[in-house]
Amino acid sequence: MTVLTLSKALNEGMRKAMEDDSKVLIMGEDVGKLGGVFRVTDGLQKDFGEDRVIDTPLAESGIIGTAIGLALRGFRPVCEIQFDGFVFPAADQIITQLAKMPMRALGAIKLPIVVRIPCGGGIGAVEHHSESPESYFIHTAGLRVVACSNPADAYSMIQQAIQSDDPVIFFEPKRRYWEKAEVDTGSTDWWAPFDQAQVVRQGSDVTLLAYGPMVKTCLEAATAAAEEGRSMEVIDLRSLNPLDTGRVFESVRKTGRAVVVHEAPVTGGFGAELAARITEQCFYHLESPVLRVGGFSTPYPPSKLEEHYLPDLDRVLDAVDRAFGY
Amino acid sequence: MTADAPPELVQLLTPEGERVEHPDYDIDLTPEEVRSLYRDLVLVRRIDLEAVALQRHGELGIWASLLGQEAAQIGSGRALTDDDMAFPTYREHGVAWCRDVDPVKLLGLFRGVNHGGWDPAEHNFHLYTIVIGSQTLHAVGYAMGIQRDGGDGATIVYFGDGASSQGDVNESFVWASVFNAPIVFFCQNNQWAISEPIEKQSRIPLYRRANGFGFPGVRVDGNDVFACLAVTRQALKNAREGQGPTLIEAFTYRMGAHTTTDDPTRYRVASELEAWKLKDPIERVKAYLFKNELADQEFFDAVDAEAEKLGADLRRRCVEMPDPTPMAMFEHVYSSEHRQLDEERTAYAGYLEGFES
Repeated sequence: MTVLTLSKALNEGMRKAMEDDSKVLIMGEDVGKLGGVFRVTDGLQKDFGEDRVIDTPLAESGIIGTAIGLALRGFRPVCEIQFDGFVFPAADQIITQLAKMPMRALGAIKLPIVVRIPCGGGIGAVEHHSESPESYFIHTAGLRVVACSNPADAYSMIQQAIQSDDPVIFFEPKRRYWEKAEVDTGSTDWWAPFDQAQVVRQGSDVTLLAYGPMVKTCLEAATAAAEEGRSMEVIDLRSLNPLDTGRVFESVRKTGRAVVVHEAPVTGGFGAELAARITEQCFYHLESPVLRVGGFSTPYPPSKLEEHYLPDLDRVLDAVDRAFGY
Repeated sequence: MTADAPPELVQLLTPEGERVEHPDYDIDLTPEEVRSLYRDLVLVRRIDLEAVALQRHGELGIWASLLGQEAAQIGSGRALTDDDMAFPTYREHGVAWCRDVDPVKLLGLFRGVNHGGWDPAEHNFHLYTIVIGSQTLHAVGYAMGIQRDGGDGATIVYFGDGASSQGDVNESFVWASVFNAPIVFFCQNNQWAISEPIEKQSRIPLYRRANGFGFPGVRVDGNDVFACLAVTRQALKNAREGQGPTLIEAFTYRMGAHTTTDDPTRYRVASELEAWKLKDPIERVKAYLFKNELADQEFFDAVDAEAEKLGADLRRRCVEMPDPTPMAMFEHVYSSEHRQLDEERTAYAGYLEGFES
């Protein structure tokens, strides 16, 4: 067991993947000497060289487009998009090429590319540095979309994403980069399939569904609620596309209530997808409608206001109270 | 430009079929090689003509004609070695011919039975890319892969004058330049991006853009198959030898519509088309072969007969192409299990079965 920050766990996971497979490459802006603006790739260029850890020109479409070409040549690129709000210049390559090319080729092409995106707010950043763009990619067939929430998952899931023969959009909760936990780097026995959800706290009265940075918020809410005698089950979805509906439905059928929590705006957000699926499959078990807690229908606000925009413990508990009001 | 500077346009064969010299480029072709190029030009024009006819008969949803661009595609396509990799747009039927892609496989996309019907690795010819300019980045990435795995080949990527305005094309120039990637950018400037003339894309000749990115650019007579072959061969050689990218602007003309859904009479004048007809890429090779007594009428008749046979065969095989089964749309989206897609596939199969009872 080693105590690692989430950032270091990602770093160790990528290092392991690069040691195991010489075709694994790292590419992105400032990922080399600097080690990335969040230091997630720290030290990798020093140890694996400039041909495998590539400082790219400042052009996000170029990063993804050339990664596709490298993958066609047999490489497994891991691309870093520096911040969530900067993924949009690459959106065309991700949506029109990366997601669709394997089907276009009738299976003759595989694109084992990981697109790492630090996401979410809570770090007092300027505009475009705090967004949660997951729904755009969840909506795009051909991509796998995952989000890690803790150091152990960061370590295992980044390696599983790199091993996947499908393109993976990999969301990293940037405000949790410095959270520490014990990670067993000596064994893979504890790894869960990376498209599997995890029940991270057992409960019986309501199911909280979250991923990425909101998992910790939900766990804190569950701890607070327990003091008042309310038992909340917390599920870390981990994989957003595909979705582990089995675990979600099992939990909701048990508790009869579900609250979805994400930083992204509620309108057209992933919570709507979850609410629809839960309603279809758990209708007779529901004691209340599926409720959603998320960002507002506004652009991400200036950082002095982000505490109002981001779901926190109190807003989660408020939604739970409303769920019990039916 | 000084009086001593080479002419802006590299040309080795005039529209009248005269061989001319160029200070920087030359080519030494055997009569057999010239006859072979002529055959390629005629056959790909016939394939194209047949596809247009198939669209008119409702057998294809749409077709993007290469009419007028045969020399640019055959010249550059025949410059490629087996190790080289080509990335086309959706109009490179002539390059596909050079890469031994069965012409009927090009039709699947336009008939709507698939989005791309060949294995790129088998032919070193990537799938057609419809989004304008996207493939230039894929090609640069592929070239960076060659640099990293020590491969022998170079990469060539095709795009048009319209694509030259795209961000991806300009990003690909930056990347190729700073990584010194073994790549040839082959721009067929056919003067028209659907209805927009080249003046809407650039104030300077496109080949000069390369200079600003830090690599050489050259403009070649795109209707001269000798010049296209010579210039592309040299650029590929430079790329393989570590001298980095080259931009080739093949100056040509789109004789047909952008696609079969387009009506060029709405935006361009007939006199322009007439002027370019005099620069036809096939007639000049035929004139050269005739004048130099490198081929007789029997040869030309044989090529024409082969073209007719190819056209008839293509027509028959297009019509016989089976429609995909409904369940085919669920295939190859992911390489392994995907819960939601698998559930939908099962549910839809059951739904369809309900109609059979």
